[in-house]
Amino acid sequence: MSSEQIIFYILSFWFIASSLAMIFARNAAKAVLFLVLSFFSAASIWILLEAEFLAITLILVYVGAVMVLFLFVIKMLNIDKSTLRAKFAGYLPLGLIVALIIIAEMTLVLGGAQFGLEVIPSPARHGADYSNITVLAMQLYTTYVYPFELAAVLLLIAIIAAITLVHKKESTHKKQNVSEQVNVRAKDRVRLVTITSPSKEKK
Amino acid sequence: MMELWQSFVLGVHETMPWFDGAIATIVVILIKAMALIMPLLLTVAYFTYVERKVIGYMQLRIGPNRVGPKGWLQPIADALKLMTKEIIFPSKANIYLFLLAPILAIAPAIAVWAVIPFDEGIYITNLDVSLLYVLAIGSIGVYGIILAGWASNSKYPLLGALRSASLLVSYEIVIGFALVTVVMIAGSVNLNTIVADQQGGIINWYFIPLFPMMIIFFISALVETNRAPFDVVEGESEIVGGTHVEYSGMTFAVFFLAEYANMILMAVLAVVMFFGGWHSPFEGFGMLESVFAWVPGIIWLLLKSTFFMFLYLWVRATFPRFRYDQIMRLSWKVFLPITIVWIFVVALMTQLQIGPWFS
Repeated sequence: MSSEQIIFYILSFWFIASSLAMIFARNAAKAVLFLVLSFFSAASIWILLEAEFLAITLILVYVGAVMVLFLFVIKMLNIDKSTLRAKFAGYLPLGLIVALIIIAEMTLVLGGAQFGLEVIPSPARHGADYSNITVLAMQLYTTYVYPFELAAVLLLIAIIAAITLVHKKESTHKKQNVSEQVNVRAKDRVRLVTITSPSKEKK
Repeated sequence: MMELWQSFVLGVHETMPWFDGAIATIVVILIKAMALIMPLLLTVAYFTYVERKVIGYMQLRIGPNRVGPKGWLQPIADALKLMTKEIIFPSKANIYLFLLAPILAIAPAIAVWAVIPFDEGIYITNLDVSLLYVLAIGSIGVYGIILAGWASNSKYPLLGALRSASLLVSYEIVIGFALVTVVMIAGSVNLNTIVADQQGGIINWYFIPLFPMMIIFFISALVETNRAPFDVVEGESEIVGGTHVEYSGMTFAVFFLAEYANMILMAVLAVVMFFGGWHSPFEGFGMLESVFAWVPGIIWLLLKSTFFMFLYLWVRATFPRFRYDQIMRLSWKVFLPITIVWIFVVALMTQLQIGPWFS
């Protein structure tokens, strides 16, 4: 076994182990951390496949942003575990059916018939001067420029939709006018008056 | 320098033929890492001393002057004090995550330095996506703060962690957009290429065409490293000490180290991105260039970063703390539109091939 294979098996083991640990974790925050660990293992396997741009993007987007928001939400919600566990057994048959369908689909699509060495030969190793990101950019911005732009527009629609869902009308919420706050001067807020003391008047 | 290294490598090969292959690679990487981490930690220690001294003088005080001559041993005394103090665990805290938090804060803060180029050919690794690596690993540091807030099981740390999570996520977007303009000029995400592209004296540095981006990057760096005037995560007067209220002794010291290592990193990154990295400002100035030709590139890099590190302290001593919602507004309603507009400006400048930067 070459050193590369050893590294691959260690990373795969970590990947599977952390994914399982994430599912079985009782504590939601720990589950998120195990998911982060599995993302890291996946990214490391991609680096082993010379796809360093994808690996770094996985860490940047999922670990750096998405999972942070997950943790953020978990901290703010006070999850009541007893209500979650109460109906757990009731969902079991449905869950099993869904799991079986997913497993069947995965074996059909990702099996040896589609991804075996006979169908796709193992990719050749590239030299040290091979730039993964340049090749990817050339493909994305020339051959696949329209699908790429379409995906961008789709994301934009999602952003606008999310904002319109939570955006309230002006009348229903209070708003701070920052320019007004900045332009405020002392004389607008404080009125200084001189009052003659009555005790002094007597003397 | 390189010849000396080559002869040293050959000598090692002759005397110890068994020292080769994977073991040699790992040992060399470890030596390189130590050569980086040791000076970094020393810089962190003395940066705290400089901070107290500089802010002291700015506020007409003297600052630390008791331990050693002129107080030079103060950071050593502080380190000893922190190491000998007891680590207190809150009784209702989640111990594993409580201890994992400082580790998750310090590890990325040091790992990021692997791709920083200090001079032509002096780096630990020359990654092709090094800028993305810096952003990706840098964004992991937030886990340390969030976990510290959550695992402490205490209200002030939780408030600090909530503030920090929203701040860091929004300012990462701003930093990303600001650095996109640098990538557009350099045509590469490799830090070595970005610095090499700024060759040719102070006129060729990117801070001239990207001046607003440089300002935005520095201000966002202040937020990312939780520095004044954006230190609402700690906010002593509002939430006691934020995320590290419950931390004591060495666990607190590790957070402290991570914060200062990140500050130094952001200063170096600003120099690499906008101020020509290891290049001398006098390149292409005839007389001046030959006078300063003997200065090694790493000295220029360190001098320029020292200026930015001083700027951190200057800003801290000058401005009062921002209100939390104003920081959020600054990110989403002020900085983000400016950066997006400037991306278009840079695209236009690239098309028109303006100046020494876009040719």
